[in-house]
Amino acid sequence: MRYLMTTTSNDSQPTPQMMEEMGRYVQEGFQAGWLVATGGLSPQKTHLRSSGGKVTVVDGPFAEAKEAVVGFALIEAESLEQALELSKRFWSIVGDGEGDIQEVFGP
Amino acid sequence: MDVRPAIEAVWRIEAARLVAGLVRVVRDVGLAEELAQDALVAALEQWPESGIPDNPGAWLIGTAKHRAIDHFRRAKRLDRKHEELARELELQQDSGESEFDAALEEDLGDDLLRLMFIACHPVLSTDNRVALTLRVLGGLTTDEIARAFLVPEPTVAQRIVRAKRTLAEANPPFEVPPPAELADRLADVLEVLYLIFNEGYSATAGDDWMRPALCEEAMRLGRVLAGLMPKEPEVHGLVALMEIQTSRSAARTGPGGEPIPLLEQDRGRWDQLLIRRGLAALGRAEELGGAHGRYALQAALAACHARARTPEETDWVRIAALYAELGALTPSPVIELNRAVAVGMAYGPAAGLEVIDALRDEPTMRRYHLLPAVRGDLLAKLGRTEEARQELTRAAELTRNAQERAVLMGRVTALEAPDPGVQP
Repeated sequence: MRYLMTTTSNDSQPTPQMMEEMGRYVQEGFQAGWLVATGGLSPQKTHLRSSGGKVTVVDGPFAEAKEAVVGFALIEAESLEQALELSKRFWSIVGDGEGDIQEVFGP
Repeated sequence: MDVRPAIEAVWRIEAARLVAGLVRVVRDVGLAEELAQDALVAALEQWPESGIPDNPGAWLIGTAKHRAIDHFRRAKRLDRKHEELARELELQQDSGESEFDAALEEDLGDDLLRLMFIACHPVLSTDNRVALTLRVLGGLTTDEIARAFLVPEPTVAQRIVRAKRTLAEANPPFEVPPPAELADRLADVLEVLYLIFNEGYSATAGDDWMRPALCEEAMRLGRVLAGLMPKEPEVHGLVALMEIQTSRSAARTGPGGEPIPLLEQDRGRWDQLLIRRGLAALGRAEELGGAHGRYALQAALAACHARARTPEETDWVRIAALYAELGALTPSPVIELNRAVAVGMAYGPAAGLEVIDALRDEPTMRRYHLLPAVRGDLLAKLGRTEEARQELTRAAELTRNAQERAVLMGRVTALEAPDPGVQP
């Protein structure tokens, strides 16, 4: 099963040591295959709305930074519990913050 | 909240590394596995009360280590080897940061690799290698292994006990094999992963067409192995094969669980991410000069299908050539049968029939249901309906898979049905 993990806020400033540990964890994840894709997201976003066949585009930035997604990881896990366990390791490196996990349904 | 699923999740993540580190220290796969199990039992007893520790891996290692010391204290009167080990462990414990901790906490990649080689050691029978690998590297329970292979649990338990005993008696070194033996030993490891994968991918018996846990486990171990031996082309070849085959899993069965043949599958349901990973792994195998290895060739075959956006785009000429090469490398009537299908697609059913008819006297093919199944299809394409019907009926009688039998009988019925084109 695939899960999308998103971090909505991340209170700690990255230190070189944290970056290094994170790099190792990411590397390990890619190698073992459970990490499919990961990245940080720019605060600049573009909002789209489709209505009655017409797509409206609104350029950001948008104010409500608290709910903004700042980073994501797409992972493969056998169960939600395993996904949680893998994400706990992520937070033990990153420190304080908040995020969500959602199952991704297949193609 | 029930913490058991969470504990099991931790276990599946940590088991292999825990056992691998323990084998290095206690020098006995059986004992290491028992110590790891003891740690799991302790976790199952204590974590529901105490909550899951912040670093569950370290907790399991610490617990297993104390069990190891207790074990050696009890056993030290028994023999010299244990006496030495117990003394070493105790000395290390007295001196604070012990070698034991270091052994268990440093990068465990090499230990995992050694554990793979020892679990697939040639002193063990193939069945025992498979069971031991799933147990010590996959962290699967005896019951899970038994269910996946549709054998009684005591059979699996016995295989694991026998494997541990054989290893204890033969006492092979816990090492990555020396260069002179490496190719053969690596082939043994790959074979075990391949068997596990295949067992999951196409169930040989029962109603369950797919047992995804086995495929996932084989794939996971394959990726770990590729990370640990990045210069070995066949490892990448096997990983590529498994990734590409698995990419089709959602499309392989219909809503009622019935198998859907490759050419009739909805390609929109093929997992493009796994295909990309598989093609990348195949690329690595080829860059390393391994394009002609047995797994890379099979991956290249799977890739021919994965690259075709529609069935009509399939490069059957290349597929027929790849089967010919694979058959030259590992001669097998099954490969020849597959070549017959490809030749039939590339050069017409009559050419395919010619290949298959050369196989009809092959003793191993006499009870193999796919031979009449393929022959039936080719005959149907040539308009030889009565012969086709007989072959497909025979195939349905021979298969052990209930779903497959239903599909074959469906084809027989379709042949018997009057052609809708001539109805008023």
